[in-house]
Order: sequence, then structure tokens, then C-alpha cells
Amino acid sequence: MLLLVLKRLANAVVVLLFVALLAFTIFKFLGDPVQLMLNPQATQEERDALTQRLGLNDPVPVQFVKFVANAVQGDFGMSYRNQLPVMGVIAERFPATFELVMVSSIAALLIGLPLGVFAAINGGSFMVRVAHIISMIGVSVPAFVIGILLILAFSIELQVLPAFGRGEVVDLGFWTTGLLTSSGRYALIMPAISLALFQISFIMRLVTSEMLEVLRTDFIRFARARGLRARAIYFRHGLRNCLMPVVTITGMLIGDLIAFALVTEIVFQWPGMGFLFVQSVQYVDIPVMAAYLMIVCCIFILINLITDLIYVVVDPRMGATAIGGSNVR
Amino acid sequence: MLTIKSAAMALALTTAMAAPAIAATMRWAPQRDIVSMDPYSYGDTFTLSVLNHVYEGLVRYDATLQIEPALAEKWEVVSPTVWRFHLRKGVKFHDGADFTADDVLASLKRVSDQTSPLRGNLPAYVSSEKIDDHTVDIHVTENYPLLLNDLTNIHIFDQGWLVTNKAEAPTDVAKGVEGYATSHANGTGPFKFISRKPDVETVFDVNPDWWDKRQHNIDRIVMTPITSPATRVAALISGEIDFTNQAPLQDIPRLQASSNVKVLSNNELRTIFLVMNQSPKAFESDVTDKNPLQDIKVRQALYHAIDADAIQKVVMSGLSRTTGSLVAPAIPGYVPDLDKRLSYDPDKAKALLAEAGYPNGFSFSFLCRNTEFVNEEQICQAVSAMWARVGLRPNLNVGPTTIQDAKFDTLQFDVGTLGWANEPMLDSYSILVQVVHSKTGNAGVFNWGAWKDTEIDGLIDEAGRTIDRTARLALQSKALQRANDLSMFIPVHQQPMAWAVGSNVKDVLQLSDNKARHWLTHMAD
Amino acid sequence: MSVEPKVERETLRVHFARLWDSDLAWNFRNSPLAVVSATVLLVIAFTSIFAGVLMPQNPFDIMQLFLDKANLPPVWSEGGAMPYVLGTDMQGRDVLSAIVYGSRISLVIGVASVAVSMTIGVLVGLLAGYIGGALDNFLMRLADAVMSIPTLLVAILVSAIFRGLLPVEYRDTFAPLILVLALSLTSWVVYARMVRAVTMVEARKEYVMAARIINVPRRRIILKHILPNVMTPALVTGTLNLGLAILAEATLSFLGVGMPSAQPSLGTLIRLGNQYFFSGTWWIVLFPALQLTLIILAVNLLGDWLRDALNPKLK
Repeated sequence: MLLLVLKRLANAVVVLLFVALLAFTIFKFLGDPVQLMLNPQATQEERDALTQRLGLNDPVPVQFVKFVANAVQGDFGMSYRNQLPVMGVIAERFPATFELVMVSSIAALLIGLPLGVFAAINGGSFMVRVAHIISMIGVSVPAFVIGILLILAFSIELQVLPAFGRGEVVDLGFWTTGLLTSSGRYALIMPAISLALFQISFIMRLVTSEMLEVLRTDFIRFARARGLRARAIYFRHGLRNCLMPVVTITGMLIGDLIAFALVTEIVFQWPGMGFLFVQSVQYVDIPVMAAYLMIVCCIFILINLITDLIYVVVDPRMGATAIGGSNVR
Repeated sequence: MLTIKSAAMALALTTAMAAPAIAATMRWAPQRDIVSMDPYSYGDTFTLSVLNHVYEGLVRYDATLQIEPALAEKWEVVSPTVWRFHLRKGVKFHDGADFTADDVLASLKRVSDQTSPLRGNLPAYVSSEKIDDHTVDIHVTENYPLLLNDLTNIHIFDQGWLVTNKAEAPTDVAKGVEGYATSHANGTGPFKFISRKPDVETVFDVNPDWWDKRQHNIDRIVMTPITSPATRVAALISGEIDFTNQAPLQDIPRLQASSNVKVLSNNELRTIFLVMNQSPKAFESDVTDKNPLQDIKVRQALYHAIDADAIQKVVMSGLSRTTGSLVAPAIPGYVPDLDKRLSYDPDKAKALLAEAGYPNGFSFSFLCRNTEFVNEEQICQAVSAMWARVGLRPNLNVGPTTIQDAKFDTLQFDVGTLGWANEPMLDSYSILVQVVHSKTGNAGVFNWGAWKDTEIDGLIDEAGRTIDRTARLALQSKALQRANDLSMFIPVHQQPMAWAVGSNVKDVLQLSDNKARHWLTHMAD
Repeated sequence: MSVEPKVERETLRVHFARLWDSDLAWNFRNSPLAVVSATVLLVIAFTSIFAGVLMPQNPFDIMQLFLDKANLPPVWSEGGAMPYVLGTDMQGRDVLSAIVYGSRISLVIGVASVAVSMTIGVLVGLLAGYIGGALDNFLMRLADAVMSIPTLLVAILVSAIFRGLLPVEYRDTFAPLILVLALSLTSWVVYARMVRAVTMVEARKEYVMAARIINVPRRRIILKHILPNVMTPALVTGTLNLGLAILAEATLSFLGVGMPSAQPSLGTLIRLGNQYFFSGTWWIVLFPALQLTLIILAVNLLGDWLRDALNPKLK
């Protein structure tokens, strides 16, 4: 067990180094930060001097080693764009992304689970077909299209929900939350829906197929034979047995969602990490881009590690070959 | 626990409840955030215009863009290299400190520091000297006529505040230490800095002790950048914001139709024009042995092929000012006679190309950005189509500013776009010395076409030494005349600026430098 | 191997008859959703292949764009004019033509990336599963590493790497290729894992053991005996992933790191049109969005049907 954890951790470190190298190399080609940092009237000498001071003239391997050494200490340097420590800038944006992802995940579970169970129990009925088609539409409409349509309907035409931002937020010192104010909760509705729609459909389909598998197993047949009531069979035996894979896969989805949220964040101007990342790409803010990639991959790897380990604990048969990651998008 | 008022719900109820607590809040949504609270961090025009609400310079532009006293009450030229400034008495910084000569000295030292990105904004500065507590001498290089223009954008810090917070030197990103002035501020201006979350929200409150007469009635400015044009429009229509200094052109009809939004549009000082690489060989063309663009007939053919009125009407929604001049009418040195375009005449363009020896046209690279000027990408697409119709074969290459500017700098293009507003100088000397003058020393940094014309260089150099304004402007107009005669550039238009305000904003002053001055704004009571 | 044309036609006919009578075909004929989806896809594929003949305008040819024909609404609205059935954008580009040409790009990139990732994935899976040992270990660790980075980020990264490596003047030309690579580099893992599992099962079966004992070459065993067994699940996965690939391409293009505006895919069209969403020219963004959704939905429904049809256990 300990050996497994250590092995996974070692794997994670190798992967992170790989990510760091990848991230770092491309940024060498993405553009010239000096152009952005100096005003248009700066002379060539001033440009050269700044390039020198930023260390952009060092050989690429030297720059990379410096970067990794600092990153290990949580120091990703200063943002070129707003001259603030990168870690602080990202930490400030993290709560927005986290709240958005968590709220939409919980909503997706609360809606997707019952729908999935319903579809599995009533296999073949008309309503189920409708639910099936709706769920197919759910995984087919791109998140940005949903976002655009929601804004048009609820912000422009009906004028009931805000088109951008997080609303009023409460600062708890280490965390900012929009959940404690009504404007914050209103502001969360549309981004959460557009992010959750894919998950709802995904979870629903997953639950349905898992339930169908379980319902076909022998012990359910025995339960039926014993004359247990249908409801008890479905919920106590059926659902319980397929809950574990559903929850773990949802868990892994969260890692993916943190990255995928950037699309939603762009559409709704949600002040999260993904929005920051896209802005950094535009401004060639190399330190912020590098840090974002590293942090998101860290979270992603951590979540996968935890779900892996939970699997091992719950179902020892899965052992070392447990599912490695999700690739639903 | 700090509660921050942000983009509130569009419900009238919320607004009504918020009203008694905060008398008049200006919710301002620009297209992008300011880069820092430190006015000496970048030479970014927009950032400086926002920080001008907190910090002030020795002089400033008035409502007609003429220079008027600000922190300096009056000044005189003591000798060709020395200017004496008499400082205003009784001015206090937001933290209560008095404004004195030491503050001016500390600020000038900071802005002219070797690592200061704003050093180029004060090119003639040599040193400064304290005469008494309210008198300062500034030494400049010989006969520099534009010191006052430069000083409008040199915001004054409090010396004691800089020392206490170890911010005497400008923030150096390369050192990896956050500068105190990056996220704190202490100026003398009409508004006090309250709080800031980069890219999310910056808050300013009124400074009740401002030295100047208060003409506005704003108690608080909340600035929330909204990058997406569509979202900005949605927020304006639904009343979530009161003001934007970047209303998307294509949405202006919709904004005008909305009962609670008012659009203010005008022409900016910035002229958009096309530059043509003058290297001996074309960069990327099927003409490999020479550079067709060195031939004035070819340059004129490119000019004649452009239907500027169609661009004005369709691409710019009728809001730009088609021009034949490199500088806007408001810029000193502008001559109405130079503001005539070569006619739109595709047949003449074809004839000129044939005369120059290219009856079947030629291919060339056309470099554009997608983030810099108003609808730049669409302008470039439209121009490409027009050129294609006279037989030219432009290869349009669009990308972000950061990537494209490096190509411009290294002459890796044949034709490209450039825009010049003559900021912060507000004088045609700016474009002449930076864009038209050949690359020598500090001059010609933006001479992307690599022009070398001794006659025009001579005129510009002479203007730079002439103190007498009329004589200097005559020289500059002559230089602009020569640039037109040679068809060095193809002017397109002065780009439009469009602001939009909500119904609760009564009065807002819009000048052609496209800077918001909310100390002159009046909100509805 | 030369066959008489007549015989070939005969065998084709037999094959077709057999196909028509097969379970799969019967299942298809009796699933209205699958028939509708397939028809929609066929129509879209047909129009995009013959776009040059069918469409009034080639939206990539700037000679055919006229500013005085810009911002026209669809023909049924006031001010609309033929041949611009769905109106024009602000460059005078015909929206219908742009959509059809854009669908072509989206479909080609989607299909190509599925083909590339399936090829890589099947190869890796066969090798890892059959040969095993250190090779298997290495390939699977590599797969783990790729899966440890969110797919969207990998695609953005790879897209940025290649765009950065290429000289600017080639970026637009190679943009579709870059996208195919960016999308394939993560999605091969799904195929590899699945094929590896199937291969390991097959490799232990008696007929493979027997073949090994009589010294049938390893390559022949893999290609002749194991490959056919993995192709069905691989193809089903491929169909299911096609929708995801098209969606991913659209997302990248929407974010501005995919197809350039000079040769727009559907995602690019939506990104460009989104700027004009409130200017009243709703047709610029709405029609491409509808077409994109329609394509993905049809592909997904078809993939879903195929999986159920080939997996009778779930019926």
C-alpha cells in the first residue's frame, strides 16, 4: 500500500517535470514580453537592457533549471503584466474557479444521478427515449454555445441574471466567496449551468449503463427471487453498487473541469484561473502561464491519485492497474 | 470582513437599496485592466489616463487640450537648458503629507532611473535642482521645446511615502520583488485609491481635500474590466455598468436604440496608416531581385486601389474619419491641404503598376495585428480584397501584437499597419521623430519601413532645435508635406472612439485624446 | 491478385446482400434515430465535399468578397438578397458558403484526428499487449503521463508549440495539420488502453498459442489473428470520439488557438460572430452554432447506436 503511494508519487513528479519542460519550451516561442513591458518610445538600448535583466538572453536550459528550482519553492516569479508575485495572483483567482467547478459538479450529481436511475429502471419507455435524446444533446452542444445563448436569453432579453463577473463577493481573508451574497449566487447560476450540462448528461448516461450492468447480476436476481420490493432492490442494492465508480469518475471529472472551466470563464468573464490564463497568453505573461499549467496539472494529478487510492481501498482487486485518468472530453 | 460592491444585479431594487449608502458611484467597465497602480511601470497610455485620477503632474491638459497649470502654478524658461517651476502651495497628498519641491525631485529621480520604463517619456531630461521648498529648476538638453508636453504625464509621488515604503526606485520585474507602488497609491489627485484586485476590480473614492475646485459629483469609482465586447454591451444595456470608454463600433446602433444608454463618439487623435518596407529586396514576394515598393508608382498604385470610403462606411460603421494626413486635425503641425487622399481609382492603380513594370501585379506579405487598433483585422481583410482586384497578391498575415511587432522591428514584412496618436506629446514632432526620421540614435524607433531621406531628416532635426513654436511647426508641416509627396505611407483614417454611458450619467467630457476625465463628470442626482 | 471485373461485381453484390441481411443492418433500419443521424451526416458530408460546385461563393477567395454586400440579413428578412440565403458577414462573406466550407474543415480535422489517434493507439496497444514486458511498461507509463494533463490544456500547448516552431507565413497553411496533431496526441491513449486489454485476452487464447507453437511469425499473428478482433471495439470508440474531436477543434478555434480567420472552421466562425452578437447581425453567429451542434449530435447519436448495436449485452 505504502509502496503503491510512493510509486504513484514518483510517477507524478516525473509527469510534472515533463509538463514543466513542455510549458517552458513553448513559451520561448510565443512572443516577446519586452515589447509589452516597454512603452512605444523606448529606445533599442532600453529594450536590450530589459531583455538582459529578465534573463531572456540566457541559454534555454539555464532558464529552465532556474524555473524548476524556483517552482519547487512555490516561487513562479513576477507577472510581467501586473508586476505582482504570480503565486498571489493565481491564489486570488483560485476560489472563483473552485466554487464554479464544485457547484456545477454537485448540481450535476444531484440531477444526473436520479435521471440515470430513472432511465435504467424504466428502460424502453417513451420518457426514457426523450431523456436519452436530451442527454445526447447535452453532450453535443458546445459549452460556449450554451453560454452565449444563456446570456442572450437571461441577460439581454429577460434581464434577470448578470452577464458577467461574480457579483458581490465576501472576503474571508484566505478565500473570497460569492456564495454568501444574493448577487454572488445569481451570478453563479448561468456559468454553473453551462459548465454542468455536459456533466449532467455524462453522469446520467454513466449511471444508466452501470445500473443496467448491476441489475443483470445474479445477486439482484436472487433479491428479486426473494421477493424484495422493487424500490429496495433498485436503491439499496442496485444504486449502492454502482455509486462507487460514478463518484470516482465524477471526482476525476473535476480535475478535467478545472481546466475546461476556462471556456466558460471566457464567455462569462468569470474572474477565475482560466480567464487569467487566456489573458496571460494574450499578453505573453510567461510566468503566469507556466504557473497555471503547473498548478492545474498538480491538482489534476492529485485528484487522480486520490481516486486511484480510494479505488484500491474499496476494491483491492483493482490494485495497481486501477483506472489511470479520465479522458471524457 | 470587507464587503466589496461589485457589478450588482440589474434589479432596480438592488440599486434603490444601495443608493443611500453610496451617493454616486461610477461603475466603469473598460475593455482591459490597467497594468499597475504605479504610473512609472509601463508607458501604457490607458493606465496613465486612469492613474491621472489619483496622481497628477506639474502641468495638465485643459478641456481644449491646451496646457494649463496643475501642481506647478507657473513656470519660466531661465536659460535654453533650464526651466524654473513654481509649485502650488497648500497641496496635500492623500496621506496628509504636504506637497513640496522634494517630492518633485524624488519623482523625477524615480522616472529617469536607468531601469524606468517611462524614461523615454522624458527624453530631454538632464537633472533637477531644488531652489526652495516650492521652486524647482529642471535642466534639459539644449533648446528642447516640448518639456511641458512631456511633463503632463509625469505623475508626482510623495517623497516621504516612497522612502518609507522603499519604493524610491522603479519596480524592476527582473528582480522578482513586488514594488509597494504596484498595488498601493498616494497621490494628490481628485480621487483616492481604495482597493484593487487585478483584472477584477479597482476602487477609488473621492478626495474631499483636493486642491482644485470640485466639478464632479462622484463619490466612488468602481472599475471592472470586461474584455468581451459582447458582454460589455450586455452589461451596459442591462444597467450593470454606467460607463465604458470602449463601446464596440458594431454594437453602436443597438446601444443607441436602448433607452437607458447614451453613445458618445468622436474621432481619436490616432491615425491609422500603412507602412511599406523600403529594403533593397522585397521580404516575401515573387519579385526576388528588387523591391517593387521602392518605386513611387507602385506605392501610389497601392494607394489608388484602396476604397477608403467603403472601409469607413462598412468596417468602421461610418464612425471613422477618412484622411490623407498622417496627423489628426487637432495635432499641431496639421495642414488641411495635406489632408487630401489620392483618389480611389482601380484603373489608375492598374495603369501605374503596368508603368512600373508589373502589369500582372506581384505578391507580397501584409502584416497585421488583431488586438491593437479598432477593427484592425477587418480593415486588413478589406484592403487585401481591394488590392486583389487590381491584380496584386497580398498574403495577409494576422497575429497578436507581441508576435507581429517583433516582425516589424526586424523588417520581416512588406506592407503593414501602424497607428500613431502622438501621445503624450500631442505634437506632430512625435510622429516625425519616431516614425518618419531615419533610424539614428533615439530617433526612428518606429521607422518600420526603414526610410532614409536626408531632406526630411534635416527638417525634423531642425524642428527639434527650434524653440519658436510657429517656426517649428512650419518646419514640421514641411516635413509632413514631403512625406506625402513621396507617398511614404498610405493614410487610412483617424480611428473612431466610442464611449457609452448609462442613463444615470448626466455629463461626461470626451476629448480627442480618448482619455476619461471623471473629475469633470456629472452623475444624475 | 487479379480478379475478373464481373466476378468482382458479383462478389460485391453478394457481400452487399449479406450486409443488408446482417443484424447490424437490420438494427440500423429499425432505429429511426440512427437513420436520421446518418442521413444528416451524409447530407452535410456531401455538401461540404461538393461545396465548390454547390455554393454561390468561395469564402476563402478575397476576390469574391465585396464590402458593399456586407451585413446582409438572410433572404427571408427585409434587406436580404439572393444568392446570400443566410445573409453575409461584415466582410461580405456569404454565411451559408462559410458554414459549408467551415463544416468541411471541421469534419476533415475531426476525421483525420480520429484516424491518426486510432492508428497510433491500435499500434501501441497491440505492441504493448502482445510483446509486454519493458515495452509495455514504458508505453503505459507514457500513456499515464499524457493522461495526467487535462486534454484541453495539452491541445492548447501542442497547438502553441507547433505554431511557435513554424515560421509565421506557414502557420495558416499548416493550421489544420497542427490541430490534428494537437488532438491526436492525447486521444490515442483511449484506443491504446482498450486494444491492449483485448490483445492480452486474445494472446492467451488457444488458437494464438497453437499458431505460436507452429512458428507462425509474430507479425502475422498480430495482423491476421489479433488485429481483426480489436478492430470492432476500436471503430466503435472511434465513432464515439469523433464527436469529441469535432467539439475539441471547435473549442480551440473558439478560443483563438485553432483555425485562423482566413480559413475558418465552425468554431472560428462562432468566435468571429460572437463579437457581433448584439449588433443585430445574429445570423453570423447563430447558423454556424446550429450547424456545429447538429454535426456533433448526429455523430454522437450514430456512435451511441453503433455501440449498443455491437454490444448486445446491453440490450
